[in-house]
Amino acid sequence: MSGEVLLEVRNLVKHFEIGGGLFGGRRGLVRAVDGVSFAIRRGETLGLVGESGCGKTTTGRCILQLETPTSGEILFEGRDLTKLGADELRAVRRRLQVIFQDPYSSLNPRMTVGEIIAEPLHVHGIVRGAGARRDRVRDLLRQVGLLPQHAGRYPHQLSGGQRQRVGIARALAMEPALIVCDEPVSALDVSIQAQIINLLEDLQAELGLTYLFIAHDLAVVRHISDRVAVMYLGKIVELADRKTLYDDPLHPYTRALLSAVPIPDPELEARREHIVLRGEVPSPLDPPSGCVFHPRCPIAVDRCRQIVPELREVKPGHWAACLLA
Amino acid sequence: MGTLLEVVDLQTHFLTRGGVVRAVDGVSWDVAEGETVALVGESGCGKSVSALSIMRLVAAPAGRIVGGRVLFKGRDLLSLDEEAMRRVRGREIAMIFQEPMTSLNPVLTIGRQITEGLETHLDMTPTAARARAAELLSMVGIPDPARRLAQYPHQFSGGMRQRMMIAMALACEPSLVLADEPTTALDVTIQAQILELMKSLSRRLGVAMLMITHNLGVVARYADRVNVMYAGKIIERGTAREIYANPRHPYTLGLLRSVPRLDEPRRARLDPIEGQPPDLSRLPGGCSFAPRCAFRVERCLVETPPLRPIGSAEHVSACWEAERVRAAREPVGGRT
Repeated sequence: MSGEVLLEVRNLVKHFEIGGGLFGGRRGLVRAVDGVSFAIRRGETLGLVGESGCGKTTTGRCILQLETPTSGEILFEGRDLTKLGADELRAVRRRLQVIFQDPYSSLNPRMTVGEIIAEPLHVHGIVRGAGARRDRVRDLLRQVGLLPQHAGRYPHQLSGGQRQRVGIARALAMEPALIVCDEPVSALDVSIQAQIINLLEDLQAELGLTYLFIAHDLAVVRHISDRVAVMYLGKIVELADRKTLYDDPLHPYTRALLSAVPIPDPELEARREHIVLRGEVPSPLDPPSGCVFHPRCPIAVDRCRQIVPELREVKPGHWAACLLA
Repeated sequence: MGTLLEVVDLQTHFLTRGGVVRAVDGVSWDVAEGETVALVGESGCGKSVSALSIMRLVAAPAGRIVGGRVLFKGRDLLSLDEEAMRRVRGREIAMIFQEPMTSLNPVLTIGRQITEGLETHLDMTPTAARARAAELLSMVGIPDPARRLAQYPHQFSGGMRQRMMIAMALACEPSLVLADEPTTALDVTIQAQILELMKSLSRRLGVAMLMITHNLGVVARYADRVNVMYAGKIIERGTAREIYANPRHPYTLGLLRSVPRLDEPRRARLDPIEGQPPDLSRLPGGCSFAPRCAFRVERCLVETPPLRPIGSAEHVSACWEAERVRAAREPVGGRT
């Protein structure tokens, strides 16, 4: 894929200190994100996959400036967000929106759908005048597949899928360039997930949006992403375009993840070989030495215990952090 | 194999301010000894309430079993007195829930939570129960069981807690385990571990399993037979192979088509089921799926279709247009 880079994350690190007991001493350091770099081009969707605790959500929150990174740079439209003052940041952040997993907990239950969508239009002075705002709300509702009369409803009167549409409309109200989609369909029923995914794709085509799509469902990520990054314990372990990553994964963790996804076809499932990883994800408080994946890796050798593998370009455009790749 | 559990015309209703919600609306299905049967459907379809009804754990007074029979080894569980029912729960039928943390007692050690059932149901001495508990933990792959028995639930990871729930469920050697979304809260690599464990244990111990889930992939890998539920009713049933290769209800077909699949080329566009699931207190007349159905004809809006055999007697579908569904089952939509 070619095109202008919209967002570039350079060596992002986010460590959380765990406060000590009685005397407030430092007890430990959670290495939630531990040196992550990637770029997203304008109009592209980058998928970020991994299991819980791998740091994918924290990465998204750092980009949104909801967390202050411990170190690293976040270049959005060429400017480093970590170095901006409050006023500049407010202006930039408008163009950087988020859609959350659980639309119910991210919508104010005391506001109508119309008020929820109109509020940012008012606060940021995007649309002036109550009448003009009402028109804009109606347009936004239509854009996300809702009806004008939904403006008068409260979130609890809507289904999960409709609530997620409201969350999307609110994000669109800000006319963003980049939307961080953090598990936007995982709380929805299967039959509704496809509706929302199609909507996100239509909006991208129509408005030229750029997505960072954070999810744990590998099939959904393959469907929506142009390129995909796989995270494990705070690091990107593999990054490639969609087809390469799914057809020819290089990292043993990516291979195990793909093999663990059950496929809705009993005959195929009976024939298929499953790589069942031993053990569980280690604590980011005390990550293993060398390659963080080595204790669970089916092909680890001695040097994996000592050497930290760099994310390197094994083939053009295909990056993997594995000594054996 | 003989029939172990037979549910006949089960009806469970909830009384709400909005009216009567028919969560389970005249449902019949069965499980043979040693078999794994799936109840598949989306939230609110009645699959969990079905399991709770079998255990007679539906929250009263709002929820009430208003009709039907639950024949377990020939006895109707719905007519047992509470004392006899207590002997069935945990001893003969055990349950595994989605979120182990909410079904474990946070202030009791793991050891105590396992031995309690053994002492109550099997009259074991505390010493014997403790030895058996350690045996169970190692059976489900928890290392260092002696030390683990003295720990509390919060000291276990999500995957380990679910292993423990399985150990507790199997403690009294039940003949049936009801597993309600047992791996939904787990990561995919841990889900694979837990499902493999459940499958091998159910085979080795000959335990029958009712697997309640929304995940079509999980069902494909683990179930012998599948019941698909929608709006309180079973709308299709068959062997797993038939359901997946030859779905004959538009809802089943829609579910299978709406999910992106890793084994198939990427589709340019997903085929969702349009519309929203119905409000169970205000169900339309006729077939509940009709408002969302691409195969709908006029009859569907007035007459509720019964489950009817299609092809083999094992495969049944509640759809007037099941023939047309067969003709349409090839995937549609462009491919890239």
